[in-house]
Amino acid sequence: MLTRPIRVLLAKVGLDGHDRGIRVVARTLRDAGMDVIYSGLHRTPEEVVTAAIQEDVDVLGVSLLSGVQLTVFPKIFRLLDSKGANDMIVVAGGVMPDEDVLELRKMGVKEVMLQDTPPDMIVATLTRLVSERGER
Amino acid sequence: MSPYVPSGELVERAATGETAAIGRLISRAEANMAEARGALAEIYLRAGRSHVIGITGVPGSGKSTLVASLTAKLRRKGSKVGVIAVDPSSPYSGGAILGDRIRMSDLVMDPGVYIRSMATHGSVGGLAHATLSAIDILDFAGFDTIIVETVGVGQDEVEIAKASHTTIVVSAPGLGDEIQAIKAGMLEIADIHVVSKCDRSDANKTLVDIKQMLTLDAATSRLPAWRTPVVGLSSYTGDGYPELVEEIEKHRAFASGVKPSAAREASIASFRLQKTAETLLMDRFATSSARFRKSITERLQKRESDPYSLANELLTLSLG
Ligand SMILES: Nc1nc2c(ncn2[C@@H]2O[C@H](COP(=O)(O)OP(=O)(O)O)[C@@H](O)[C@H]2O)c(=O)[nH]1
Ligand SMILES: [Mg+2]
Repeated sequence: MLTRPIRVLLAKVGLDGHDRGIRVVARTLRDAGMDVIYSGLHRTPEEVVTAAIQEDVDVLGVSLLSGVQLTVFPKIFRLLDSKGANDMIVVAGGVMPDEDVLELRKMGVKEVMLQDTPPDMIVATLTRLVSERGER
Repeated sequence: MSPYVPSGELVERAATGETAAIGRLISRAEANMAEARGALAEIYLRAGRSHVIGITGVPGSGKSTLVASLTAKLRRKGSKVGVIAVDPSSPYSGGAILGDRIRMSDLVMDPGVYIRSMATHGSVGGLAHATLSAIDILDFAGFDTIIVETVGVGQDEVEIAKASHTTIVVSAPGLGDEIQAIKAGMLEIADIHVVSKCDRSDANKTLVDIKQMLTLDAATSRLPAWRTPVVGLSSYTGDGYPELVEEIEKHRAFASGVKPSAAREASIASFRLQKTAETLLMDRFATSSARFRKSITERLQKRESDPYSLANELLTLSLG
């Protein structure tokens, strides 16, 4: 358990212009007592990582619908590593085929939450991941 | 950054401007971690160079958009700029959605800009206790100007004025309640009034209203000889920004004149002491009152005694 709210950055990478889903997730996490930073649509991996490090979030949640996950996440991990932030928990959300999910988990994405994941499950997953990692 | 990096080491890394170290120190201040206390003390002793600009105003008045444009202007003049954007926590869950960054997207890749979002975490005055530490940390890390955006909704929400060298109150047309907000105690705290969204045709009325109120209320700024300017601007067209930057510089120069500056620094220090003592007291009280609470609450509920007497009893039992 942390003595402060869990900090989460939700980001949307790629061209897809819908943010209804991510806004719903943001509210769910807030209602579970977390501090949620929302950085808007159409972010590049560089922008997302820079923001996540400045904000020093516990969890970086990246949502994408555009089928670019297998190029985006390696970039994100490389950038996090090079900036000394390899203790950040990275999770993914959106729509993708099962084989991509497996691929992402191999890369180090801690959890992939597809579009039909119930809100309570997202809260429980993030809470578990952060408490497993502990205070930093 | 694993395993745990001692805060003392983070201080040295933050001194070289390392973003991850700055970010982690702010988090530890926010978590009130005992291990970080020495590091934060050292930072306070080594800080004190930055110009702190507080920006407040009702939600939707255009503060975040203004912070973004103002930061870009200050960057062109060569200042490194730290931004702290404070939003209220939900009173129900304690969580918060911090969305000010959306308006500041263009600044993200500039290494001379650091942006941090913070929630108030139940603080009554509109500033999280860690906001003050975050100011120290950014100051120490070499940011020349630190801009703090807070939501101002009335008298109790204007602590930012007590922590900044220059306070800007933002109003805008079309919100219906801008004058209300000014009445509710924001008039006196402004060193500079901004009316944003002056690309709108109804902005002129807001400008006139505020100027009128300023003349009615003669004793405005806390610096007796400072005449609080009203700057109309548009973040969409950029109109008014040169004037805003000029007024900020004037106020800064004015406030660095020997006597007013010392007074302002003294009031910032006094506020800082008060705020920190309050936090310590609340923490101590929360811990030491825990074991008495249940029984005293029960007595209150049964109306064996009144709230005032029982609260006094609780305080005496807890804090001696
Ligand atoms: N017309 C106009 N709208 C603006 C201007 N600046 C901000 N806005 C809009 O006002 C709304 C609130 O802006 P924001 O900066 O988030 O306000 P805050 O809540 O005070 O931080 C947004 O929809 C902005 O696009 C401006 O100069 N002109
Ligand atoms: Mg804002």
